[in-house]
Amino acid sequence: MAEQTDDLEFLPRLLPPQEFVAEGNRACQGCGELLALRQLFKAAGPDTIVCSATGCMEIISSPYPETAWRIPWMHVAFENAASVAAGVEAGIKILRKKGRYPADRRINIVAIAGDGGTADIGLQALSGALERWHDFTYICTDNEAYMNTGIQRSSSTPYGAATTTSPAGKLSIGQQTQKKNLPMIVAAHDIPYLATCCPSYPLDLMNKARRAFETIGPTYLHAFSACPTGWRHPIDMAVEIGRLAVETGVFPLYEVAGGKLKINPVIEKRKPVIEYLKPQGRFRHLKPEDIEEIQRLVDENYERLVRRAECDASE
Amino acid sequence: MDKNEKKVGYMTSMSKPGKGCAGDTGEWRVFKPVKDEEKCNHCLLCWIFCPEATITKDIEIDYQYCKGCGICAVECPTGAITMVKEEKQ
Repeated sequence: MAEQTDDLEFLPRLLPPQEFVAEGNRACQGCGELLALRQLFKAAGPDTIVCSATGCMEIISSPYPETAWRIPWMHVAFENAASVAAGVEAGIKILRKKGRYPADRRINIVAIAGDGGTADIGLQALSGALERWHDFTYICTDNEAYMNTGIQRSSSTPYGAATTTSPAGKLSIGQQTQKKNLPMIVAAHDIPYLATCCPSYPLDLMNKARRAFETIGPTYLHAFSACPTGWRHPIDMAVEIGRLAVETGVFPLYEVAGGKLKINPVIEKRKPVIEYLKPQGRFRHLKPEDIEEIQRLVDENYERLVRRAECDASE
Repeated sequence: MDKNEKKVGYMTSMSKPGKGCAGDTGEWRVFKPVKDEEKCNHCLLCWIFCPEATITKDIEIDYQYCKGCGICAVECPTGAITMVKEEKQ
């Protein structure tokens, strides 16, 4: 990250050593989603309450008599992670009013859900909680399909990806629609802060997470999480895939604070999209003309984003 | 004393947090990361990129829980970590 090079806190050895998601859980080898959560909760610290929707991260961390969470954690249904986080926030507010809770202690209330729990099933709960202006942070760990139940397509699956319910074949290219632009749907609620982040850039992710937790009001983080099982890439490539997604412009990193969009950083010379598609088995059926189409769509989206960032910066 | 008044132990449905909620996940491993002490420059990139949190800040690998994904070996800038095939016991 260009901005952070002269920052003294660049040193990884100054990062918090605590682990809030314990080792020895049931995640697949090389899970990018677990890596994103691990880094996010390093930034959150111990004063955190987590409400987790059904999904990979719930299944892997809490087989009944055991749990991997070293912070208060609650499992809720698929659709209402945001509602429960809103309830927790309201409960703490009333306890503070009654004097049964320390008034000056800041508690991070976090709702986690996957892309299915956010973009498909939990969208109304998320929208409601954002509109009611609860003081919480919503984290969407986006692995672009329902990986937990066996790689079914979600509305977050990108164009051309083969999943078990959108298989590739003679007459089908795989997923036939575009990926839902969830961060922009959330940005339309005019919340104080939202950001997209990727665990391949840990300091960028932690700075964004810390800012989201410190902001009063609803905040949203969209974490890109590579999934070796569902995306069918080698298990040691989760970090590399995240880096390629950012460098090719497939997953641009940006933040919207106070209605102003800022890309961090703007990549002038983007790599061709094929470098991101090639290692992944879910895109291996694509023909050269399909890849050209994907390249065109990615360029279009990225340029639109850059234009908006320039407009917001000039105001 | 009535039968129904008999004391029962303290019961709770709360789970206890701790390492290894899925057992010793090190058994899943096919390749094992081995650190070369001489090449390592303590940049801590393996620590921050380990999804499983099995590498400590002193770069010691916890082989009981390391699943052997190999991200540390790929991300190591000096090539101090190599993946060695696990021997059958």
